[in-house]
Amino acid sequence: MEKFDTFTGLVAPMDRANVDTDAIIPKQFLKSIKRSGFGQNLFDEWRYWDHGEPGMDAAQRQPNPDFVLNQPRYRGVQILLARANFGCGSSREHAPWALQDYGFRVIIAPSFADIFFNNCFKIGLLPIILDTSALDRLFDAAKSTEGYRLTVDLQQQTVTTPYNESFTFEIDTFRKHCLLNGLDEVGLTLQHAEKIKQFEINRHNEQPWLF
Amino acid sequence: MQTLYDKLWNQHVVHIESDDPSSMALIYIDRHLVHEVTSPQAFESLKLAGRKPWRLNSILAVADHNVPTTDRSQGIHDPISRLQVDTLDQNCDELGITEFKMNDLRQGIVHVIGPEQGATLPGMTVVCGDSHTSTHGAFGCLAFGIGTSEVEHVLATQCLLMKKSKSMRISVEGRLGLGVAAKDIALAIIGEIGTAGGTGYAIEFSGNAIRALSMEGRMTLCNMAIEAGARAGMVAVDDTTIDYIKGRPFAPQGELWDRAAAYWRTLHSDDGAVFDRTVSLDAAHIKPQVTWGTSPEMVTTIDSVVPDPALENDDVKRHDMQQALNYMGLQANTPIAQISIDKVFIGSCTNSRIEDLRAAAQVAKGKHIAANIKLALVVPGSGLVKKQAEQEGLDRVFRAAGFEWREPGCSMCLAMNDDRLLPGERCASTSNRNFEGRQGPGGRTHLVSPAMAAAAAIAGHFVDVRKLDT
Repeated sequence: MEKFDTFTGLVAPMDRANVDTDAIIPKQFLKSIKRSGFGQNLFDEWRYWDHGEPGMDAAQRQPNPDFVLNQPRYRGVQILLARANFGCGSSREHAPWALQDYGFRVIIAPSFADIFFNNCFKIGLLPIILDTSALDRLFDAAKSTEGYRLTVDLQQQTVTTPYNESFTFEIDTFRKHCLLNGLDEVGLTLQHAEKIKQFEINRHNEQPWLF
Repeated sequence: MQTLYDKLWNQHVVHIESDDPSSMALIYIDRHLVHEVTSPQAFESLKLAGRKPWRLNSILAVADHNVPTTDRSQGIHDPISRLQVDTLDQNCDELGITEFKMNDLRQGIVHVIGPEQGATLPGMTVVCGDSHTSTHGAFGCLAFGIGTSEVEHVLATQCLLMKKSKSMRISVEGRLGLGVAAKDIALAIIGEIGTAGGTGYAIEFSGNAIRALSMEGRMTLCNMAIEAGARAGMVAVDDTTIDYIKGRPFAPQGELWDRAAAYWRTLHSDDGAVFDRTVSLDAAHIKPQVTWGTSPEMVTTIDSVVPDPALENDDVKRHDMQQALNYMGLQANTPIAQISIDKVFIGSCTNSRIEDLRAAAQVAKGKHIAANIKLALVVPGSGLVKKQAEQEGLDRVFRAAGFEWREPGCSMCLAMNDDRLLPGERCASTSNRNFEGRQGPGGRTHLVSPAMAAAAAIAGHFVDVRKLDT
């Protein structure tokens, strides 16, 4: 996993609640056995007029010009503003993969679905929770200002506007540490291998029917 | 005084970073269920890192999302689906993982076969790269969906790093009316607390209406916990749980059975245990439910009408409602019972077990699907459910009524195989998600119980199953 550094990125607003992972990456693209290449089908059913299937040439597709990410002003976007319960539904990690592959590094919403939220951290995509009133202001600014950018500082846990207004966000210490250092969780857990083995021996003795 | 969730959690903590109960803990995983869609990248990463699965006998694998529900003798014709299923077969063969392959009688939807085999046992932690893993909580275990990175993490370490959730008790007291099913309880709860109501919580379902449910009903309810936002749903162990497990292939036997059953009986919340949130519903007031929109919380009762966005005060909600009505091709204030449908799907990890099929067959018996129904599918949850249904003659009831009787799999719940809606088609479905495009691009899904789906197939439109003479 890459280290998460402070950055300033272009912002796009996705103004609807309960955006589910089926919408983020439709099921036909889940047939891939790879981790990469999902970005071109991010929000496929909203983004294109024609129906997408794996292996189609994106250049031959018919983009829906009304879809927010298809507007030229959001080309190169890195930060997504979203509404409540973003990422609900299926546990597919393909959803954060698709967002990251498209170029997103941060999603800011008033709330996220649990599994999606958790999946994001595993790949270095940062989900930030801000309260609804802060988001309302960011939505207004992003819509009304072309080229609107925010600065995300994970170390300081702040999101800062071009006018130096800062919003602070909460993040679990362990997750922050992993993101800042780009750490592999499996490797970290295996440092506890002896403890896991001992736990397993005890469990085997107490509940042998589980083994 | 502990909640059931506290007991399950405490049993599995291998390591915790600090005394603060909200800090990250390493949790031991007893059962890892694997399917073809969310595992290939995990197996690949495991291999690239030169690692092996930590405990092979904790894993049970099956292909369910991509498998055809029609004749399987020629294999899978879609090359991309076939590659994904072949990849699972290869990974399992190579590593020595137990897998029920496509033509095995025991093959089926992962959340149906776990319990059916006794591979899901009380007191376990059960994970799977699938959000509907919450289903298994019906057995008094801690079961939740995970992403592919976590699938790899469990394969490599038998553990997961996680934070303890808050606890919610949803208590349903009283007697369910005739024709009202576990699915209606689940949808009524989601209608009450919303699809994000359970976010950050583990939900325990309790009350005498829950205790009166069969294991199939409890599984339907826990299955939909994720649709209420909760990663895990659970029900305390009682005689119903223990009777269901006894004699199943992976369940303990003899002296071990007695020891296990004695322990399992301790898996309930203690009297006076404190929950972070409590919700109560009166079972007698729950009516058959039908969703009208594109989120499971957009739900109402069969005797009601499509709601009017103009009456909603919240701007974002009003906009979402209008968007949902546009997508669904519905007008505000249309009576639900006047909505006619094109297709019917009876199946999915929510409602494809024997009891679900019996409930649907009882409604369909001696009747025929309406002329406007283009397709009515019955997809059993597993090969064993199918076999049992055939022994009971349910397949003949369905076929005589004009339904198609298929091979087991996820099928039209998410339309990864050939079973899907065409743009604009409207479906009465026993599945769990009515999201845009879920059952096929442009498809319109209404979530209902198995009896309500069968009744809609016969009538050609939604109809109150309580008012049928069967």
